[in-house]
Amino acid sequence: MKIASAKDLEKIRKAYAPSLYHPEGIKINVGMASCGIAAGALEAFEKAVEAFEDDDRINVCRTGCIGFCEVEPLVEILADGRPRVLYKNITADKIIEAVEDYQNGASKKKWILGQMRDPRCVLEDDLGNPIDKIEPIEGIPFLEDVPFYKNQVKVALRNCGYIDPDEIDAYIAKKGYLAFIDALHNQEPKKIIETIKDSGLRGRGGGGFPTGIKWATAAKHYGDRYIICNADEGDPGAYMDRSILEGDPHSVLEGMLIAGYAIGSRQGYIYVRNEYPLAVKRLLTAIKQAESYGLLGDNIAGSDFSFHIKISTGAGAFVCGESTALMASLEGKVGRPRAKYVHTVEKGFRESPTNLNNVETYANVPAIVLKGAGWYAGMGTEHSKGTKVFSLVGKIQNTGLVEVPMGASLKQIVFDIGGGVPKKKKFKAVQTGGPSGGCIPERFLDLPVDYQKLAEVGSIMGSGGMIVMDQDTCMVDVARYFLDFLKEESCGQCNPCREGIKQMLDILTSICQGNGKDGDIELLEELGAMVQKFSLCGLGTSAPNPVLTTILYFRDEYEQHIHDKKCCAGVCKELFHYEIDAEACTGCQVCFRKCPQDAVSGEKKKTHSIDQTKCIKCGICYEGCKFDAIKIC
Amino acid sequence: MSEAAATLSGPVEEIDIRELDDIIENQFGNDKENLIMILQAIQRRYNYLPRPALTYLAPKIGVPFSKIYGVATFYATFSLEPRGRNIISICLGTACHVRGGERIRERITDSLKIKDGETTPDGRFTLESVRCIGCCSLGPVIKINEDMHGRIGTDEVEKVLNQYE
Ligand SMILES: Cc1cc2nc3c(=O)[nH]c(=O)nc-3n(C[C@H](O)[C@H](O)[C@H](O)COP(=O)(O)O)c2cc1C
Ligand code: FES
Repeated sequence: MKIASAKDLEKIRKAYAPSLYHPEGIKINVGMASCGIAAGALEAFEKAVEAFEDDDRINVCRTGCIGFCEVEPLVEILADGRPRVLYKNITADKIIEAVEDYQNGASKKKWILGQMRDPRCVLEDDLGNPIDKIEPIEGIPFLEDVPFYKNQVKVALRNCGYIDPDEIDAYIAKKGYLAFIDALHNQEPKKIIETIKDSGLRGRGGGGFPTGIKWATAAKHYGDRYIICNADEGDPGAYMDRSILEGDPHSVLEGMLIAGYAIGSRQGYIYVRNEYPLAVKRLLTAIKQAESYGLLGDNIAGSDFSFHIKISTGAGAFVCGESTALMASLEGKVGRPRAKYVHTVEKGFRESPTNLNNVETYANVPAIVLKGAGWYAGMGTEHSKGTKVFSLVGKIQNTGLVEVPMGASLKQIVFDIGGGVPKKKKFKAVQTGGPSGGCIPERFLDLPVDYQKLAEVGSIMGSGGMIVMDQDTCMVDVARYFLDFLKEESCGQCNPCREGIKQMLDILTSICQGNGKDGDIELLEELGAMVQKFSLCGLGTSAPNPVLTTILYFRDEYEQHIHDKKCCAGVCKELFHYEIDAEACTGCQVCFRKCPQDAVSGEKKKTHSIDQTKCIKCGICYEGCKFDAIKIC
Repeated sequence: MSEAAATLSGPVEEIDIRELDDIIENQFGNDKENLIMILQAIQRRYNYLPRPALTYLAPKIGVPFSKIYGVATFYATFSLEPRGRNIISICLGTACHVRGGERIRERITDSLKIKDGETTPDGRFTLESVRCIGCCSLGPVIKINEDMHGRIGTDEVEKVLNQYE
């Protein structure tokens, strides 16, 4: 069947929606993004499929990332007229019991994260369950009251974890492709660009360039215009784009279609990083389905607009996330950036006008076109509108994927939603912006997160990775870590970046090894300023950020490393050793048994000790001690 | 330089031309813009990029061998040397790093006596580091072949490695 109008979409929507909201019998949604699968979701899914194969009242389905990755596998169970219940840590051995529990009224409170009367979706205004008529289950919190979900507003993630990503009908049931068809039939391309401009949407890939302005510029230049989606997601610790692609690929395709129509392009490309095979698979399925509905291809929905999308994969080069490098890589070449005297909106891929946006940027577009620029601009702060997806990772209680309105404070994100640092350890910093960003210390926790404010404290919004660091994280080591990363990933074309980063790394390495000397910090600052100023591309100009912000906010740690030859976090091996605190040690022998070097000695129930000559500081005893008896000295 | 020299005189693999033609022509239409994906397909087939395959590829898509060699060495996923039966990808992304990824790598290096990019003499393992596999919530993570091992403790490394022959 080919879709020709909004009416056709509405038909599909009406036919599919019941299975989303009022399923016959019981529906089980297993969260099957890469992270869920790594936690055992596939086994749980297969187990349930096998167990309920002959039971047509129970329907086992898959969905994307439900967000709360800490307690994956997550399984949502629902039935018509009853609240949906989200179960946590449901591995294969627990899934059958979880389904039985739901059938029996959902009483396993320890397994349950919360209940929902209806999924809160920004685009939804009808067809859902009549909320008031559903009786909540007693004694189980509502998901919107669970701290992790409480302050979240899902726009880019609107369908992630609710629908089956391999089903185009499910996307359409959530008003998918309606924005595009409406734009195509009823709106001039110029008007759409105005809408995107008015919404205040800024690029989510890191730079934060106003999307509407970029589109308008690309539309002005003549030639075969191209639309590219940047799904290279190179920042380590960031997986927002992966989750969107795996959980709601059609939202990205629709965003690209709208961009294609607005700018006047016939061909789109999605450049996906090599490490995301599942995202590629789901995208390929989504493209096929959209083609079979005539939503991609020639003369879409009876109009004279034609648009095709191809997928291309990267091969493990961070610098290929940079726009000009990405385009070189798409052409099958070595991914080296070029100087941008001429912008890619004028001459990009194949020397033609090219519009490049990030995955999350495109995923926002259909929602904006459907609900209007005013609605989107109503969220966020003065210069940063809408919402932003973050991956909360590192030393944090509730790791996961969260989406909040711009302007939410770091404290709200890290502590209210993220639950703070685990194991009663002390919060030290949060790192945003990946290798181009900076480390933000505790005193700025009240900072509202938007493009401006993060820049004011020396960091950047970046693509959305938020890596929380605690007392066990050494800030000098973090700076060294990022430079090591960037040294590997620098393409080597320009001197300031290639040599500057290497020199800075050498200094940092020597500080971490206990050979730091007076003047090193100043030298780092000087070199950093040079690399920032003279590098060719964004990789180099932002490379010193992690070093400069850690020097700015954690100078005392640098001084301790250099002058006292101490690493209080217990990371830099030459600068600390482990000792056993006689008062805290209970002689439980865990460290004695676990030490791979036989460096621990001591009898049962008596204080143990560590032979420093044998100890290799692998940290197994420190991690394993339940009594905090291993001290970093 | 020494790496390049070693590779160029490296082991010669029996190459089945028909298989290569299937990749280059049928799957990727002899299109030089698809070079990276062609190399990926060749690497999937042979587990590395055998030199004869690359010399065969060059005239097929009209890209000089030197350029192909440049691409193959620029991108981290390509290997010009045969790799082991099991590929360990250790994540050294930031999230895994702050959760002790470095210590996991040290354990692997200690126990297998290989460094990043190297293969054990018996061909059982190749160790490769990657920067984030996108499963940061499970950090520290190692991936062996297609299996993810998340939240791995320093003391669990050997147990996990023992699962692979
Ligand atoms: C070294 C470097 C790496 C980058 N990596 C990415 C990336 O992985 N994903 C991304 O969307 N943008 C990345 N960018 C930003 C892109 O160059 C570009 O600004 C962005 O994709 C534009 O899309 P947007 O306007 O929607 O943000 C990177 C930039 C630099 C300098
Ligand atoms: S940092 Fe290791 S998976 Fe992301």
